[in-house]
Amino acid sequence: MSGILILEQTLNGLQFGLMLFLLAAGLTLVFGIMDMINLAHGSLYMLGAFLAATLVQATGSFAAGVLLAIPATAILGMLLEVSVLRTLYSRDHLSQVLATFALILIFNEAVRIVWGPDMPLPMPAALSGPVQLLPGMYYPAYRLLIIGVGAVVAALLYLLVARTRIGMLVRAGASNREMALAMGVNIPWLFTLLFGVGAGLCAVAGALLGPLLAVQVGMGENILILAFVVIVIGGIGSIRGALVGSLLVGIVDTIGRAFLPILFGLFFQPRVASAAGPAIASVLVYLLMAVVLYFKPQGLFPARG
Amino acid sequence: MLELKSVSKRFGGIVATDDVTLDVRRGEVHALIGPNGAGKTTLIGQISGNLGSDRGAIVFEGTDITHAAQHERVRAGLARSYQITSLFKRFTVLDNLALAVQARSGSSFSFWRPASAEALLFDEARAIAGEIGLAGRETAVAMTLAHGEQRALEVGLALATHPRLVLLDEPMAGMGPEESESMIALLGRIRARITVLLVEHDMDAVFRLADRISVLVSGRVIASGAPAAIRAHPEVRKAYLGEDANA
Amino acid sequence: MRRAAPWVVLALALAFPLAMQAEHQTYYLSFASRIFVYALAATSLNLILGYGGMISFGHAAFVGTGAYVSSILLSEGVASAWIGWPAAIAASALAALAIGAVSLRTRGAYFIMITLAFAQMMFFLVNSMKAYGGDEGLSLRERASVGLGLDLGSDVAFYYTALAALAAGLYGLHRLAHSRFGRVIQAIRENEERAEAIGFPVYRHKLACFVIAGAAGGLAGALLASHGKYVNPNVLHWTHSGTLMVMVILGGVARLWGGVIGAAALLGLEDLIANHRVEWLAAMLPNYQQHASLGVGTVLLAIVLFAPQGIAGMFARRKHA
Repeated sequence: MSGILILEQTLNGLQFGLMLFLLAAGLTLVFGIMDMINLAHGSLYMLGAFLAATLVQATGSFAAGVLLAIPATAILGMLLEVSVLRTLYSRDHLSQVLATFALILIFNEAVRIVWGPDMPLPMPAALSGPVQLLPGMYYPAYRLLIIGVGAVVAALLYLLVARTRIGMLVRAGASNREMALAMGVNIPWLFTLLFGVGAGLCAVAGALLGPLLAVQVGMGENILILAFVVIVIGGIGSIRGALVGSLLVGIVDTIGRAFLPILFGLFFQPRVASAAGPAIASVLVYLLMAVVLYFKPQGLFPARG
Repeated sequence: MLELKSVSKRFGGIVATDDVTLDVRRGEVHALIGPNGAGKTTLIGQISGNLGSDRGAIVFEGTDITHAAQHERVRAGLARSYQITSLFKRFTVLDNLALAVQARSGSSFSFWRPASAEALLFDEARAIAGEIGLAGRETAVAMTLAHGEQRALEVGLALATHPRLVLLDEPMAGMGPEESESMIALLGRIRARITVLLVEHDMDAVFRLADRISVLVSGRVIASGAPAAIRAHPEVRKAYLGEDANA
Repeated sequence: MRRAAPWVVLALALAFPLAMQAEHQTYYLSFASRIFVYALAATSLNLILGYGGMISFGHAAFVGTGAYVSSILLSEGVASAWIGWPAAIAASALAALAIGAVSLRTRGAYFIMITLAFAQMMFFLVNSMKAYGGDEGLSLRERASVGLGLDLGSDVAFYYTALAALAAGLYGLHRLAHSRFGRVIQAIRENEERAEAIGFPVYRHKLACFVIAGAAGGLAGALLASHGKYVNPNVLHWTHSGTLMVMVILGGVARLWGGVIGAAALLGLEDLIANHRVEWLAAMLPNYQQHASLGVGTVLLAIVLFAPQGIAGMFARRKHA
């Protein structure tokens, strides 16, 4: 196992983790402040990807397509919030789960009807080559872009939440909703805005991961589960928890899949290793979640004391 | 019967109970008073097992229960009622009480026999309903009861567990004068067989019922003793009785 | 009238195959059997979701475990259902014990997401079992055999077997709901904190409930696998859990017949959309029948927003003022 391979996989993990963070951040805030479980978050990620693919084709430019898809998805997200999701805030969790599950079904089919089962979103030619990071080590330029964008967005999000007045309102709402309401924070428009931001973040992730993971119906569900795992590990309502959780999940998952089969091969017979290795690797993050929960049932950084 | 030794709890940066040491003697009615936010409900929560304690020890009848689960404490004879009414709202009065009776009589891992066939459960529940003044209201759904009746049921649930010591958290909260009189009469009846730790704001009730009073201010016990002594205690007068103490 | 209703339904169900003399007999018997099996699965979920108030989004894990255990045994030559089905039940119960032990220490939203995640974990594990088909699934040559002179390969025999299992499950739920245990579970759902405060070890009761439901789900899974003579990892997928939840809410949460009504309604709706073409819909959207989920999703959303008590709730006599 060369150091370069380890570094490469770590970067891959970082890249995946940062994209996960974009989804998890929006999800955890909605959860923490509105106390609402939103299964349709993955659908916004899917919509973002499909919109980006369409706009890239329409404009001929990857950058333009992606950048336009963000506000488009944000607007759709806000429309969704104002129309359907708002009525769910006051309902119990079961109703929220079922209603947003219904939305997943509806969105998946609607996308299939409008666009078909999938769409191509090719990597921009300028970025499809490798970049030399270290002597003898090359890393795909596109993935570096993702890491860069992810880091910048994470930093911006941190600034927004920790340093601005809006961010303060958001944090107050996350740690004590009733108190924030009592202090006169006008919750409805804040929620809508928050939702729009979350949808925009989903679009960034969906558009950027599109060339790597394929833009297809149902792409939201797989990543949604991982986003949930991230939130559970990180603590509901906490951006910091979402970041730590995402990086943890991204890196553990990527490195696990890459090295566990090899590790198993060192200790077990080939037949066992080739079966058990990938199997355990695919559930590594869930085992991680179980371990974290055993010691900290409310996650690593729960927003409510 | 109950000893609290340096019991403390903080929530993040807020110290709710701070080095609380007090004791409750068998057979007495011990009142716990203090201004709003003094930590009385937190303390009740710690004694009953709802809340964990950061420091200190809680000893009940010689046994250290500091880390015992709530249901274990109830089985040992230590029950509580809640300041904010916490009933099984969609169950009838009878079903509410029967549940508490069921909890202490035999195993509830019985999956086949209908519980309604157990006449004993319901006879006892009826008896308790009578004792708390809800005779004739047994089939009413808890949600539909008047406030005073709900508070009575609230206390009744705790009593139905056959406690040796009962923690009552503001049983008279929100009650008018007539209802308060009924509650005081009820407490007068049960004191003969159950030790009571009573949190209350209604000073009239406190001074009529209490054998001893402890005063909690900002999480600390500032005074503890006979009612007359408490009434005259300078710090208590300053911190508490000097304020407008009408609930 | 209400007391007679279950018996009437049972009589109708018993007589159904006799009435199906037409050429569609096989199809409708098979369809009805599928409804019975799903009704059992949904009813088992209703126990923890409806009566217990535990919003488990991972019930498919237990149905799937039962399906796979019985299928694996069948594919290894153990044809007897008397071994295969109890094994499926035991395996699911064990899975429920393990998953429940960890998950039930959490509350609210955490619990929902954790059950979801653990179920997905089971999905991935099963998906990677190349020896038993991996993601392509496992085909069975025959259904399990119960002996007693019955051949479950016959649709009629399987129909009655599934009906018997469902009837047993419903009766069991009925007794359970009225038992001491059932009272505690419903009390926990009503006010968990107070239940603990009057002396019930809440965690233990919830766990027991979870295991019972998991075991029943496992039986449903075993039946499901035998019915279709095929099992694939999707039976463990979280969207399958979602389907079961939809059935429960559709039929009526915490109502004895909720699982049955919900399964019948959902499967009936899907069948209707897929097999009975509605011309004016087709005019708007030519291949609408392939987008049945859109209809299901819309109906579900409508129900959650406007009729949260489900179908059974709409017909129930109001017990309280």
